Amino acid sequence: MTSTEKKPRSYINPYLGGVLLGLVLLAANLVSGRGLGASGAVKDTVVATVKTVAPGHYWNTTYYKENASDSSPLNSWLVYQVLGVFVGGFLSGILSGRMKWKVEHSPKISSRRRLLFALAGGVLFGYGSQLGRGCTSGSALSGMAVLSVGGFVTMAAIFGTAFMLAYFVRKNWI
Amino acid sequence: MAPFIVYEIISENMNFLMAFIIGIGFGFVLEQSGFSSSRKLAGMFYGYDTTVLKVFFTAAIVGMLGLLFSSLFGWVNLEYVFVNPTFLWSAIVGGVIMGAGFIMGGFCPGTSFCAAAIGKIDAFVFIGGMLLGAFIFTEGYPLWERLYHAEYLGYPTMSELLGIAPGVLTFLIILAALAMFWAGEWAEKKFPREKY
Repeated sequence: MTSTEKKPRSYINPYLGGVLLGLVLLAANLVSGRGLGASGAVKDTVVATVKTVAPGHYWNTTYYKENASDSSPLNSWLVYQVLGVFVGGFLSGILSGRMKWKVEHSPKISSRRRLLFALAGGVLFGYGSQLGRGCTSGSALSGMAVLSVGGFVTMAAIFGTAFMLAYFVRKNWI
Repeated sequence: MAPFIVYEIISENMNFLMAFIIGIGFGFVLEQSGFSSSRKLAGMFYGYDTTVLKVFFTAAIVGMLGLLFSSLFGWVNLEYVFVNPTFLWSAIVGGVIMGAGFIMGGFCPGTSFCAAAIGKIDAFVFIGGMLLGAFIFTEGYPLWERLYHAEYLGYPTMSELLGIAPGVLTFLIILAALAMFWAGEWAEKKFPREKY
């Protein structure tokens, strides 16, 4: 039997993926003296947007005033790194035939429900990562690699909570 | 001697270029490992797919060992490698909120960028939500400023806290990770899923 339909390539072995990710993390530490991150770039985008759209408000609000600097918030290490994440993900998707517009969800739920939960989850993650000073990459993964207490605490809190709440949203995934 | 930026082996602009290249590696590996799929990520919490556990802990161990060896070889001055500060309460409360966001939204920030890059619409919506969440944080900052700064412990490492040498602690973490990998492999056999 021959099939002309192109199937996406399978994912790489997770342990190999882990070793490669660890080497990328190590490179970040050796080159720039810091770990990987993601949520910091989200904050930089918000700060830059507020500064541009509502400068008056920017200079009157505690958080922006306290963290203001002369250079553009978008000219930051993390913003360049996150742009790289987009490019890297895109290259990988092309190489493995996984580029496709799609709302991914369990057959038991509608796309609408999936998107509502994605929005709510995003709001929580966006808020929580600012409060916790970093997300799964910046605080948990990078923090663990340098044996930071905060990194281990954040990691345990993220994964512990997700495990505890998993039962209540199981329909969304299985 | 590393870190290169601290020892002025690379310039500030070069550092930004390296950030971009490191990001490409980051995104590429995440996507190749399947982290662009929310159902694969969420599988971690139901036992049908423990890829997250395997990739995450393997990466943490490789990073730890890499830094440990590099410092033993005299390649890196760990004094200049950033150690995340520990604000105990915000780490816990922030982590709990992130955990809820993870199981509801199916992504974390890094994986959402990676999923958006291959066209996942749910990932774009998640990113929109993150921008909104971060905006709520910055706008309402005075309301949670105290929580944000509570229980500041400085920059402690686990080895200082437990009084164990970094090498020994890393070895123990490796043993713990191996036990978790074994549990993960077991869970995947016990809670198998058809294609998703």
